[in-house]
Amino acid sequence: MLTVLLIVLPILGAIVAALSPNNARQVALLSTLAQLCITIYCVLTFSQNSSLMAFDATWIAPLGIHFKVAMDGISLLLVLLTNALLPFIVLSGSALDPIDNRANTRYSLILAMQAALVGVFTAMDGFLFYVFWELALLPIWLICLLWGGENRVRITLKFFIYTLAGSLFMLLGLTYLYLQTPIPHSFDIAALYNVALSSNAQSGIFWAMFIAFAIKIPIFPFHTWQPDTYTTAPTQGTMLLSGIMLKMGVYGLIRWLLPIAPQGVQTWANLVIVLSIIGIIYGAIIALQQRDLKRLAAYSSFSHVGLIAAGVLAMTTQGLQGGVFHMLAHGINVVALFYVIDLLERKTQTRNIDEISGIANNDREFAILFFIIVAGSVALPLTNAFVGEFLLLNSIFIFNPILAAIAGLTIIFGAVYMLRVYRSTMFGELNANTQHVAFVHSPEKWVLYPLVILILVMGIYPKYLMDLAQPAILQLMGAIGQ
Amino acid sequence: MNSFSTIDSLTTALVALPLLGFLINGLMGQRLSKSMVGAIGSGVVLGAFLLSCGLMSMYLSGAFESHTTNLFAWLPIGDYTAKFAFLVDPLSLLMLMVVTGVGSLIHIYSIGYIHEDEGFYKFFAYLNLFIFSMLLLVLGANFPMLFAGWEGVGLCSYLLIGFWYKNADYTAAAQKAFVMNRIGDLGFLLGIFLVFSTFGTLDFTDVMNAALQLGTDSPVAVGITLLLFVGAMGKSAQLPLFTWLPDAMAGPTPVSALIHAATMVTAGLYMIARCNVLYALAPTTLHFITLIAIATALLAATIAVFQNDIKKVLAYSTVSQLGYMFAAMGMGAFATGMFHVMTHAFFKALLFLGAGAVIHALHGEQNIGQMGGLKNRIPFTYKIFLVGTLAVAGLPPLSGFFSKDEILATVFAHNPILWVLLLLGSLLTAFYMLRLLWLVFYGEYRGNHHVVEHLHDNPNTMNYPLVVLAVLSVVGGFVGMPAFLHLGNAFHEFLEPVFASSNALLPHQHLHATTEMALMALTVALVGTLIYLALFTDRLSGIFLRSLHTEGKNTAWWKKLWSKKYYVDEIYDTLFVSPSRMVSRALHQVDTQLVDGTVNGLGHLTALFSQMSVATQIGKIGGYMLLMSLGVLGLLLVFVLG
Repeated sequence: MLTVLLIVLPILGAIVAALSPNNARQVALLSTLAQLCITIYCVLTFSQNSSLMAFDATWIAPLGIHFKVAMDGISLLLVLLTNALLPFIVLSGSALDPIDNRANTRYSLILAMQAALVGVFTAMDGFLFYVFWELALLPIWLICLLWGGENRVRITLKFFIYTLAGSLFMLLGLTYLYLQTPIPHSFDIAALYNVALSSNAQSGIFWAMFIAFAIKIPIFPFHTWQPDTYTTAPTQGTMLLSGIMLKMGVYGLIRWLLPIAPQGVQTWANLVIVLSIIGIIYGAIIALQQRDLKRLAAYSSFSHVGLIAAGVLAMTTQGLQGGVFHMLAHGINVVALFYVIDLLERKTQTRNIDEISGIANNDREFAILFFIIVAGSVALPLTNAFVGEFLLLNSIFIFNPILAAIAGLTIIFGAVYMLRVYRSTMFGELNANTQHVAFVHSPEKWVLYPLVILILVMGIYPKYLMDLAQPAILQLMGAIGQ
Repeated sequence: MNSFSTIDSLTTALVALPLLGFLINGLMGQRLSKSMVGAIGSGVVLGAFLLSCGLMSMYLSGAFESHTTNLFAWLPIGDYTAKFAFLVDPLSLLMLMVVTGVGSLIHIYSIGYIHEDEGFYKFFAYLNLFIFSMLLLVLGANFPMLFAGWEGVGLCSYLLIGFWYKNADYTAAAQKAFVMNRIGDLGFLLGIFLVFSTFGTLDFTDVMNAALQLGTDSPVAVGITLLLFVGAMGKSAQLPLFTWLPDAMAGPTPVSALIHAATMVTAGLYMIARCNVLYALAPTTLHFITLIAIATALLAATIAVFQNDIKKVLAYSTVSQLGYMFAAMGMGAFATGMFHVMTHAFFKALLFLGAGAVIHALHGEQNIGQMGGLKNRIPFTYKIFLVGTLAVAGLPPLSGFFSKDEILATVFAHNPILWVLLLLGSLLTAFYMLRLLWLVFYGEYRGNHHVVEHLHDNPNTMNYPLVVLAVLSVVGGFVGMPAFLHLGNAFHEFLEPVFASSNALLPHQHLHATTEMALMALTVALVGTLIYLALFTDRLSGIFLRSLHTEGKNTAWWKKLWSKKYYVDEIYDTLFVSPSRMVSRALHQVDTQLVDGTVNGLGHLTALFSQMSVATQIGKIGGYMLLMSLGVLGLLLVFVLG
């Protein structure tokens, strides 16, 4: 029941927000905080097979479609990620709101997005998963379309078509699986796991689902919608996309693709892992010379998620441990990073790193906070990203040591481009753009504190969160091994 | 397991102290007085040193042989979990003494050195964070812990090299150091993965016990040790990853002394000593290490001969001396290598702090071309520098003599040709150090006379640490007397338990006592002659003065090559840095034109088809909604037909 509550509450919030033109952000903040409290309650009381969190009702009886939601440890962590980030995403709109007369619509869409995301991460029925998957696309597309920057119509249209095209493949795959289940057919996840597939069918299912997930993540070469969309989207949209939405793709791999078509994954693992690793290096190399902060962060994010995909696709315990944990870590780090970029852009009126310099002179506190975010981004030990990247690289290493060496280049390139950003913006002398920039008295800075603390706490004691997911991961490894 | 013993509490407190100092100074330093900041910053490290002494005396009294302190489960990896755990054994005790001992002295010295800087509290916060990371490194009971310390010290090194962050050159040097270390770290990380794949655990004790089952020179052992050594190349500035260290001299001088001479750069040696069993099982790797080490020792020594920046000379000297330490490791003489790690920490810290005193007295001047004749103007600093120089040069009975002699004797026993090379290196070392000493303190003053009028030695907080280091540089070698004296070698005996298994594995060639004495006599005679010529006669002064000028047309090619550092930086720029920038820009074009172009092409193609089907629709978006409904319809059709 609690899971259903987590889907319904944001919808209610969305309706109330839409009806409150003057204080939509307050409504949204309240709604997301309530949501976060319930989620934390779930985490604290979580135990495997907790019936409190599961819900199953027949939805479309003739087709055997159920409204079945539940949370195991993996779902729980992604729901936690979603609901923990949403208050920050809501808060980050404080500067945009006063000049936006459609703020209520925006917050309504953000909350609708939250509902759909929780749905995606908890659906245990293939059709329901598909429905939430598509529902998640609409609000974010509208957010990017209505509040985006330059060329938003062209760019968001491409984003929309691209991801929609991908999910049609997934629908095809799910339908095929459905038809293979014993009569009466069912979309229930357990039924789909149990379908015995020929090796050709495994390959077919693999590609149908992989393309949908690969576009969302994105994996090279399905990524070209991403840098443009991240750059043009309003910051809240970019945060939703990079912090949470791309995790839908990785989650899809873990929950749906790996257990359903393990042989298909094995057959194509070489190819898709190499593609992911190409993405890691390719994104990182392009990021080296980008000057637009947002675009740089977009390519960097593309590079990081390639690592998650490669580690997960190698199908090792470490890969799943790392994949699940790093989805959280990356979500937090990338939202923090985009938040910093947004602050910088608002205060200096530019996103070009060559035009921002010396901020450490004005505001040491901000410089330190930003540094911890950079440290997280380059996966320094005792930050959260180290845990994930260590496990993911280890997973790739088990798959193939040479590939791990190539994928590992990311720790070098990552250091180069992130330190370049830091050096250029924080070090050196002040310039005309930064002369009067100081965040000391800006309440917005306080948003960074919890994020930075999370980066450190998750790096020092990752085990608490990892233990939550561990039984589910072992179960999944069991399902894959069959 | 459950009870927290005295050793546990001592070890935990020892690590917690610098962290506490970092937090206090980092979070509240701005509001504290300078003397308070300095007292806290130095106090916590001094406290850590006293606790180290406590642990050491417990060990010596036989309270424990090797002890693991488990704090909490840190990093789950598959079915294994790396604990946040500390391992105290003779090797970590030795490093503890050096890190906290030399560390305390340098902290105290810094109070005077950095006093006028607005970033005073920041400096002490960073230094404390460094000590904390270094303690994680030397106390970590498993590979991930060591790696955490390893990256942590790299981070602090980055922060401290770029301490004066307004200067673009300094921050560039900081970034270079970090990135170059990261190259090594990738190797290190892969080495850890290979260890894990092979042994299923990352705890040092378990790995080393399990490793004994591997055969000698098994591919796995060679692979692991080579990969880990790549990490050491970065951290300990060996060929080809050494160019960051001279640039790192951009940091304040106490940083150069502590991080870039005495402690952090020896992390690679510590790591090899920690994994000595694995290295003993991989003779191929040991040969490789020897090769790299000797090449680095000679290359850096030749470069040092024509450097005109007082700190750069010392930096190249450090690179070269690290080469000597690795040469010992390459011979499987782990204790010998660690001996030089210790003595070098004393005399190189002394030299750097002495150089700092010179620079401080001359208001920031680092060019030795602008110095000269300072002997009588800053007599205390001169004496300090003299002791350091003679110790590096290897004059008996100073500490450097014993440790270097041991390395040379070991190398001779294995391969006389390599011994000749290292002997040459020793002579070069004596030469460039004497050149430095002479150009700074002897002859005529060559700089701005305005500066020299107010010249005086530094305040006492800066001098006391120097005295302690000078004493250590003189007597520090007595713990490791040459074998032929039959006085017993306390240093080797102390470390014996750590290296017992690998000593059993490796063949040991012992030199005949007369051979060793003859070699020693030869080295001492040659170095002694150089010292005599440089300091007691005037014969070398012309050479020293001429060596300041390496520009003009008539300069010999080898002089140019040495003074230009073999153009290594330029070569790396051409080979790696510029191409990566070009590739980055080119790939961006490929991405926006080719990859995205293909996608757009496909899009246009579909748009062509869809235009036919959406002719009746009002807008494009509606068209895609239609597409979606069509999809759902199609789905229903499939159901009906299926």
